[in-house]
Amino acid sequence: MADLKARIAKRCAKEFKDGEFANLGIGLPTMVADYIPDDVMVTFHSENGFAGIDAVVENEEDVDVDIINSGGTYVSAVPRVKYFDTAESFGLVRGGHVRATVLGAMQVAENGDLANWIVPGKKVAGMGGAMDLCAGCPEVIIVMLHTQKGAPKILKECTLPLTAERCVSKIITEMGVMEVTDDGIVVTELHPDYTKEDIQAATGCELKFSPDLKPMEEE
Amino acid sequence: MINKIMTADEAVAGVQDGMTIMVGGFLATGSPEVLMDALVRKGVKHLTVIGNDGGLHTGQPAQFGAKTPRGIGKLLENHMVDHLIASHIGVNPLINEQIAEGTLRYTLVPQGTLAEKIRAAAYGLGGVLTPTGVGTPMETELDELGREKKVVVIEGKKYLFEMPLRADYAFIRPSVADKFGNYYCAKATKNFNYVMAGAAKHTIIAPEKLVEIGEIDPDYFAVAGVLVDTIVEGEKKWQI
Repeated sequence: MADLKARIAKRCAKEFKDGEFANLGIGLPTMVADYIPDDVMVTFHSENGFAGIDAVVENEEDVDVDIINSGGTYVSAVPRVKYFDTAESFGLVRGGHVRATVLGAMQVAENGDLANWIVPGKKVAGMGGAMDLCAGCPEVIIVMLHTQKGAPKILKECTLPLTAERCVSKIITEMGVMEVTDDGIVVTELHPDYTKEDIQAATGCELKFSPDLKPMEEE
Repeated sequence: MINKIMTADEAVAGVQDGMTIMVGGFLATGSPEVLMDALVRKGVKHLTVIGNDGGLHTGQPAQFGAKTPRGIGKLLENHMVDHLIASHIGVNPLINEQIAEGTLRYTLVPQGTLAEKIRAAAYGLGGVLTPTGVGTPMETELDELGREKKVVVIEGKKYLFEMPLRADYAFIRPSVADKFGNYYCAKATKNFNYVMAGAAKHTIIAPEKLVEIGEIDPDYFAVAGVLVDTIVEGEKKWQI
C-alpha cells in the first residue's frame, strides 16, 4: 500500500514546472512534495496563511509556534515565503493564481464532479478550504487509490454531496493517469501491472483510452 | 488621550448571554488566550461563536499537544457555545460530542467564504459573490441566520451571493500592537485576525507585545488602531 501511494505521489510530482504556485492537501497529496526534483522550484500554498511551505518540524526545539500548516502541524517555511491572512490566501485561490491543487477523493464523476468532504450520517468535519480550492484553482488533480476496498471511486455520477462541480482535470491512481475531458475520462497512461480490462473493471463509468496510451512511468 | 488599555475582565464585562462573538485563530494558532480565559471566568452562556474552527482540546495537536484547551476550545469545554459558525469542526472532539448531545448546533461556511463574509461586514459591502460552493450543499442549505442563498449568473458563470457576517464582539491576538491599537500579526497567526477587526460592534485585541505610539515604524502595522476599542495586556507567545 505504501509503495502504491509512493508510486502515485512520484507520478504526480511530474505535473509541476519550475516556478509554479500550487496547493497540496493533507495526506497522500502532501507526499508529492517529496518527489519534486531539486532543480524544479515549486512554491506550495498553505491555505491557512502563506506561500512557501517547507517541511514538518520534527524536533521540538526547532518549532516556530507561529507557523502551522492547514492541518495544525508545526512546519517550516522556505526563505522566499510570503505570509498572508485568510482573505488574501483565498483571494489567491479564487483568483486562479494557485495553478493547481492536489487532493484526495471519495468519489469523482466522469464529468469532473468531486466529492471529498462529507459522508451523510457520519461525523461531520467540514470542508475547510476544499470547496474554495476546487472552485478556484485552474487545475484540480486527484491522487488516490483507484478503489475503496474494491468498490469503484470513479463513477458515472457522485452519490455523495459535492465539494465542487466539474472541477477535476486529472486523476492519478496506482493503475494509471486519466484526464477528464468533455467526452468523458480518457486514460493517458496505464501502469504495466494492469491491463485495460483491469482498470475498466475497477471503474464505475466507461473509460476511453488515448490513441497514444503510454505506460505509467514510475521514475 | 483616550486610554484603550483595560484588564481582560474589564474588557469582557459587556459580553452577555446569547451574544455573537468572533475569535481569531486557526486551530488556536493566533487565538487570544487571555480573552478566552476571561470569558470562561465570566461564565457567559449561549454564545454564537464565529471562527475558523473550534480551537483545540487538551492534548491537541498530536504533535507537541497542549495541557489545556486552546482558543475556542476553552469555550466549548465550559459549554458556553450554542451555535458555532466555522469552516472546519472535525479536529476538536468536543464539537461532535456536543452536537450529538444536542447542546451545540453548527453552520459550516467554506474558509474563503467565511473570510469574505466577515470582510463584507467590516468594509460595508452588502455581501459577496463567490464561485465557491456552487452545485454543493452550500447552494441549497440555509445560511447561519436561516436565509436561502441566491445564485447569481455573471457573464455565464454561477456565483453564490453570501451575506455579511457581523458580531457583537471580535477577539483578536496581534503579535505587536501600539497603545492606539495599530497592530500586526506574525507569520501564520494572521488568519482571521485582520478581517475580524471592524466586523463587530466592539473589537478587543490582546497583543503579545505592546509598544508605545511611535516606538516602531508605522509601516509595520497591518490593521488600523481606529478599528480597535480595547487593548488587553498579558498575552504570551505560545509555549509548547
